[in-house]
Amino acid sequence: MTATMAADPSAASAGSDVVLSLRSVTKEYPTTPPVRALRGVDFSVARGELIGVVGPSGSGKSTLLHIMGTLDRPTVGKVTVAGYDIDDLSDRDLSALRARYIGFVFQQFHLLSGYTALDNVADGLLYTGLNLRTRRHMAEQALRRVDLGHRLGHVATKLSGGERQRVAVARALVGTPSIVLADEPTGNLDTKNSDAIVDLIRQINAEGVTFVVITHNPEIAGAFPRTAGLRDGRIEYDTGLER
Amino acid sequence: MSRSNGLEPSRLHSADVLRTASVGLHTRRLRAALSALGIMIGIAAMVGVLGLSESSKSDLLAQLDRLGTNLLTVQAGTGIGIGTGELPTEAAGMISRIGPVEQTSTISAVDANVYKSDYIPEGQTGGITVQAIDVNLLDTLAGTVADGKFLDEATASYPTAVLGSVAAERLGIREVTGTQQIWLGDQWFTVIGVLDEFELNPDLDRAALVGMATSEDYLHHEVIPSSILIRVDPNYVDDVTGVLAATANPQNPEEVEVARPSDALEAKEAADDAFTALFLGLGAVALLVGGVGIANVMVISVLERRSEIGLRRALGATKRHVALQFLGEALLLSAVGGAGGVALGWAVTGVYANVRGWDTLIPPVAIIGGVAAALLIGAVAGLYPAIRAARLSPTEALRSA
Repeated sequence: MTATMAADPSAASAGSDVVLSLRSVTKEYPTTPPVRALRGVDFSVARGELIGVVGPSGSGKSTLLHIMGTLDRPTVGKVTVAGYDIDDLSDRDLSALRARYIGFVFQQFHLLSGYTALDNVADGLLYTGLNLRTRRHMAEQALRRVDLGHRLGHVATKLSGGERQRVAVARALVGTPSIVLADEPTGNLDTKNSDAIVDLIRQINAEGVTFVVITHNPEIAGAFPRTAGLRDGRIEYDTGLER
Repeated sequence: MSRSNGLEPSRLHSADVLRTASVGLHTRRLRAALSALGIMIGIAAMVGVLGLSESSKSDLLAQLDRLGTNLLTVQAGTGIGIGTGELPTEAAGMISRIGPVEQTSTISAVDANVYKSDYIPEGQTGGITVQAIDVNLLDTLAGTVADGKFLDEATASYPTAVLGSVAAERLGIREVTGTQQIWLGDQWFTVIGVLDEFELNPDLDRAALVGMATSEDYLHHEVIPSSILIRVDPNYVDDVTGVLAATANPQNPEEVEVARPSDALEAKEAADDAFTALFLGLGAVALLVGGVGIANVMVISVLERRSEIGLRRALGATKRHVALQFLGEALLLSAVGGAGGVALGWAVTGVYANVRGWDTLIPPVAIIGGVAAALLIGAVAGLYPAIRAARLSPTEALRSA
């Protein structure tokens, strides 16, 4: 993980450990009447952090995740990811940025149903230019990292919910991204599996992977080293700033 | 900035393009098969039509080759205001003196009826005619004997007859035993042979053939040629055709009808071509409908797979990658359909040609054209859904999940 970052000159020239930063980010959807999902959000993530962002539905969580993940651009404000100012990047460049620096974990897992766990994870590297052999090799390592070494050849539909989310986590990790964004990763899981996924995230974070977990569950967010509360498109509190 | 920032999206390896394009086929097999079937039927129809037309044409050409296109017939014209309706007795002799004429054979219609026995009422002639012929007739017409023998110099002067295929059937004679007799012109004639169908002169299929001498001696027939068959050097067919009428009847050349029986076969070929065009048109319509089917399935597929599109954008796919995936899927569907259609069309042609005893011939243009048409249809059908998929914003795609 750190090797990737050090090798990246633009990140190094930023002269800090900041992986992602939002400066006065506002997002307005041009509906009638216009909806302001985010209102002047300042937020930054340093390398190696594990952050829970918590907020009720409609607080702007998903919008925040999309903007952090460069899937959407802010109406106003500045977003920097892995040293890149996304204002300077085209849509194509953003795709390349996501392929290289950002991993995603979704509530609905988003696995391809007819494919094996191994191929699903290998698809996490599909748009990086690596060949299939290398992708599968790295996918196998990632699956072992989430304790699914025994499920490599299992078709996604034959896996339990907890296992599917592990596969999704492995897919997010396989490209050694600078940051992993998880959108309600436990939302579709029972308590036991939910705890297991939270433990897995902690364990992987301990190995050096930067995580932002978005959740509506204060209990899950509160257990992470840093918690930010979101309400009505504003950061209500951020334990990272108090420290 | 964007060129120097080191963030160039990777190009997919062609194997990966194929892999992503086959995701939809892999996960929704029945639907993929059904939409490919539409294209398959269209292509099969076109390949089959072209194959059958080519095979039948080759058969027709082989037939023409076998029978020759150098056979000409001269007949006395009939109709209002046309002389006697007879050819001069010396016509055959005069025609044979034309340089490129290789062979002539005279046929003279005999005014007599044929019956199975003398108990058959007079009116039931069965439509069988009696023709007095030269013994070289079979050779001139490239005909063949089904059973027994043809007339030769000896049998041509005795009360013996050879039957055309239809005449034999109507008289109830299937095999020639040498003892069967027919009641011909109030006399018993022995049947010595039955002929196969004449491909160029179907009229003779309904005739009982007797020798010229027989007709004079036994039937009191005055030999006046009703038609003369002429084999000509193939290089001079047109030249001979031009002078034939005047040679056959110098006094009244306008009373002579000159025909080339192989023209009828060629006309049949032309008629077949017209049908081929019609069926090709129907095949094209089927193909178009198949294309609409693929477009329909692709549009639905894009709607259903929004979350997959969102995921792929999140994993780093560019719009181009997404468009390529769906366009590739449409092409793959149509290629499968096209290949299946060529195979099916080939099989249908093979079976039908086999039944008809033809050689199976599929023109290469049908195979190449079939697959190319399928791919073209697939590309057109897949373009709009692919563009729609690519234009979908990643956030919208993920939200809809």
